[in-house]
Amino acid sequence: MLGPAGHPAPPRRFGIVSLALLVMWGLVMAGLLLFSASLRAQTFPQLTGRVVDGAQIIPADEAARLDQKLTALEQQTHRQLVVATVASLEGYDVSDYANRLFRNWQLGDKERNDGVLLLVAPSDRKVRIEVGYGMEGIVTDGLSSIIIQQEILPQFKAGNIPGGIEAGTDALIKQLTLPPDEAAKIAATAKPKKQQGVPLGLIIWLLFFGFAFVLPMIRRVRGKTYQSSGLGQIVLWSVLNGMTSGRGGGGGDWGGGGGGGGFSGGGGSSGGGGASGGW
Amino acid sequence: MSSARFRNVARSLLVGTAALSLAGCGINSVPTAEEKAKAKWADVQATFQERANLIPNLASVAKGAADQEKGILVGVVEARAKATSIQVAPGDLSDPAKMKAFQEAQNQLSTSMAGFGRLLANVEAYPELKSITNYQMLQSQLEGQENRIRVAIRDYNGAVQDYNTTIRTFPDAIGAKVFYGAKELVPYQSVTPGAEVAPSLQGKL
Repeated sequence: MLGPAGHPAPPRRFGIVSLALLVMWGLVMAGLLLFSASLRAQTFPQLTGRVVDGAQIIPADEAARLDQKLTALEQQTHRQLVVATVASLEGYDVSDYANRLFRNWQLGDKERNDGVLLLVAPSDRKVRIEVGYGMEGIVTDGLSSIIIQQEILPQFKAGNIPGGIEAGTDALIKQLTLPPDEAAKIAATAKPKKQQGVPLGLIIWLLFFGFAFVLPMIRRVRGKTYQSSGLGQIVLWSVLNGMTSGRGGGGGDWGGGGGGGGFSGGGGSSGGGGASGGW
Repeated sequence: MSSARFRNVARSLLVGTAALSLAGCGINSVPTAEEKAKAKWADVQATFQERANLIPNLASVAKGAADQEKGILVGVVEARAKATSIQVAPGDLSDPAKMKAFQEAQNQLSTSMAGFGRLLANVEAYPELKSITNYQMLQSQLEGQENRIRVAIRDYNGAVQDYNTTIRTFPDAIGAKVFYGAKELVPYQSVTPGAEVAPSLQGKL
């Protein structure tokens, strides 16, 4: 495990030792990369906006109107409601597909998980309201079911799919909209998010790399003797801790598209709340 | 260019590499994956518990029903009592027997709830059920809960797969064996075929 022992290495053998170390290091890094690259299979439609009409069923004027309403809702409440239609559920159950799509898009804020997805699959004749973890108390399963049964499905059954989508969206917006005083509170605390591109882990890593390698080398160049002290090793350990634990967590909360041209999810997740319906 | 300097460089490189390779050997990744799986398991148990908590509402729905349905309801309540009495502690997740007992109890509850649901499905036969305004709500709650259970199980099985892959693949396998003596965790699977299907209360409302 520890490789060749650290006994006095004559200059000639140093090349071999370092080569061996390099190979080991390469293997470790390759392992890390392989691990993080695994488990990405299913493809989902791109989150191109608040209305993603994959089934090409929403008329342009209605899509614009919906987008406007959804934008207004997000500005007022920070809650992210997205309307999506898909050409096919690709053989998945609608609730399963909606949950995977929701997580893929990461709707809602990472902390508040306040995203809601209205998914319509016209060719499968299925509809679902998928609710983020944080919204389950506001858009309950029962309410989702009532919206689907009373607002959406009657229109769908009559063949008016765009109308059903709009009615369902309106009902959801009505439930998600905050009373004015609460909305004012949010507006007051809202600040444009500044995002730094450099992750904290990298800074720490560089810092400790400096301590562990560069500093001793400088000292050595200056002719001082460097003791490979316990401290140096502890420092290294912390570096590695930082590296390996930083690898899993997705970086930062790139907040839900406030003002800018692009639109994206905010890192939210859903645990399967909501309701489904078919017609 | 003294040999002492080479020695120092070699030593610091050695220390660095030893630390790196140790970290690559699962010192951190094995416990991380294990804790994740345990947390996901807690979610699974919580969702099952929430389903069990809905059963008293079933009882109130069935209040006006005939004796035959009440007999089935007793079965549901008994299955619930059994299912809620069996828990799997996070430390027992690698014990197939305990997992199997848990799964069987939950599957039995699923089956008896499904049987009850089939009876209720024919709502026209029970005019008194129609009068209960909460019926539709309860139906959607039950469906939603079954869906949450499915999602929680999927998440748990994903975390178990990650963990089991971690402890069996290079280089993490070294650390998993040497430091932790890690055992594979048991994924959740329905023992009874079709038991994962939601107990449907799909009525013609």
